[in-house]
Amino acid sequence: MEKIICGTTIEVNEEGYLTNFSQWCTEIGDELAKEANIDLSPRHREVITYLQGEHKKEVPLSIRKVGKSGVVDIKEFYSLFPLAPLKTATKIAGIPKPASCI
Amino acid sequence: MKRLVILGAGTAGTMMTNHLHKELDKMGWKLTIIDEREEHYYQPGYLFLPFDIYEPEDIVKPIKKFIPREVRLLTDKIEKIDAEKSLVKMRNGDQLHYDVLIIATGAKIAPEEVEGMKGSEWQQSVFDFYTFEGALALRNKLREWEGGKLVVHITEMPIKCPVAPLEFAFLADSYFKHKNMRDRVEITYVTPLSGAFTKPKATAALDHLLEEKNIAIESDFAIAEVDNENRKIIDYGGREIPFDLLVTVPTNKGDDLIARSGLGDDLNYVPTHKGSLQSLQHPNIFVIGDASNIPASKAGSVAHFEAEILSENILRYIKGEPLKEEFDGHANCFVETGNGKALLIDFNYTHEPVEGEFPFPGVGPLRLLKESRMNHMGKLAFKWIYWNMLLKGTHIPFVSATMQEAGKHF
Repeated sequence: MEKIICGTTIEVNEEGYLTNFSQWCTEIGDELAKEANIDLSPRHREVITYLQGEHKKEVPLSIRKVGKSGVVDIKEFYSLFPLAPLKTATKIAGIPKPASCI
Repeated sequence: MKRLVILGAGTAGTMMTNHLHKELDKMGWKLTIIDEREEHYYQPGYLFLPFDIYEPEDIVKPIKKFIPREVRLLTDKIEKIDAEKSLVKMRNGDQLHYDVLIIATGAKIAPEEVEGMKGSEWQQSVFDFYTFEGALALRNKLREWEGGKLVVHITEMPIKCPVAPLEFAFLADSYFKHKNMRDRVEITYVTPLSGAFTKPKATAALDHLLEEKNIAIESDFAIAEVDNENRKIIDYGGREIPFDLLVTVPTNKGDDLIARSGLGDDLNYVPTHKGSLQSLQHPNIFVIGDASNIPASKAGSVAHFEAEILSENILRYIKGEPLKEEFDGHANCFVETGNGKALLIDFNYTHEPVEGEFPFPGVGPLRLLKESRMNHMGKLAFKWIYWNMLLKGTHIPFVSATMQEAGKHF
């Protein structure tokens, strides 16, 4: 599926996750955040940059792991991205949500 | 004489020993394999033990039965790998020098990572089935359990055999039906992921199974603690799920030896090249199976496919030739769905499981991503294949190490 954000066409899957991380830029992150009713602060951006770095290293993400990263603790992670923080934060970061093999 | 040392005599280490011993003998190498245990466990059997489908003797055999006589088998604890000096230090003070080291020390559960998990209810109403002891204790509990809230739970990814908890929930549904007590059991499947299925094709093909089997789903659950007194699990967002019987898959970690040796990431997995299986830090160290951090499933079939490619790479390394970066993350797994049926899935780094036929395109006889009795027979037959072919490094006919794209409906 295609979606147009800030005049740019991006590829997304059925759930709205970017399928090609190289299409991500800060403005697209801002727009995706707005769709999730989040206004990105510098703290949000630090967390997103960390998640993107882990994605590039192909490290599987989990909430407990984010909590132990030293970047953000779990309580703050939930307050920045309420309800399902990892699912929301990965969507804004333009990376796949954590998945299993099926 | 040069020396190749393999650490761990589980599925991956045993297969590598059998692959390499003939080839290396010819080239003047001495092969040693080290494991602290004397028994080899057929880990896929842990799924069947709690439901009285397998007996302990189906899944435990002596390690030495599967190691060639010419190979030196050391049964002792390893203290540390000194990668700078290419030394393995044993707890008893002995030291072994290696020219090439293969790490096959696997992954294991770490229930102590979650507050209260290994508390007063551990093996009373809180169980794991990822260890022999856990699966056996759970069998004894299930034999006498009178029903209530059964919660099947995953702590965090990655875990060994990611489909095993779902299979457990499906088999539990069958088990209680056969005991004529399904109406007295509520089954809830709790996952940190966004659902029981996370890949689009599998979700479309399989989501109906949960409804058919009356299994409730709680997704996006990041466990913070097990409340032993009130028998509930609580997540970081404050959500609570009560249980009478909790069957959990705790955090999985690589062996403590990896941490003691300073060779692992924060979950004790060894950073490894995902195509060649060589350690990213030390060229004379290779890693196979669950011990590595590669983004493939932690499963015996993955180790089996890795073993074929790693054997070739070890021989290339010894001869000073460039390594092949061929491993594609190939996995091939039977998934039990209960009532004598199973699914088969076949996938790799880039392709999610899809429908199709296996191993012969257009023919089968096994169907991918569809429930069938034939797939279930395949899963049961696999135990024989494991003990008699897989561990011995015999090639499984018609199944290639890299994934085949023909016969799949992408």
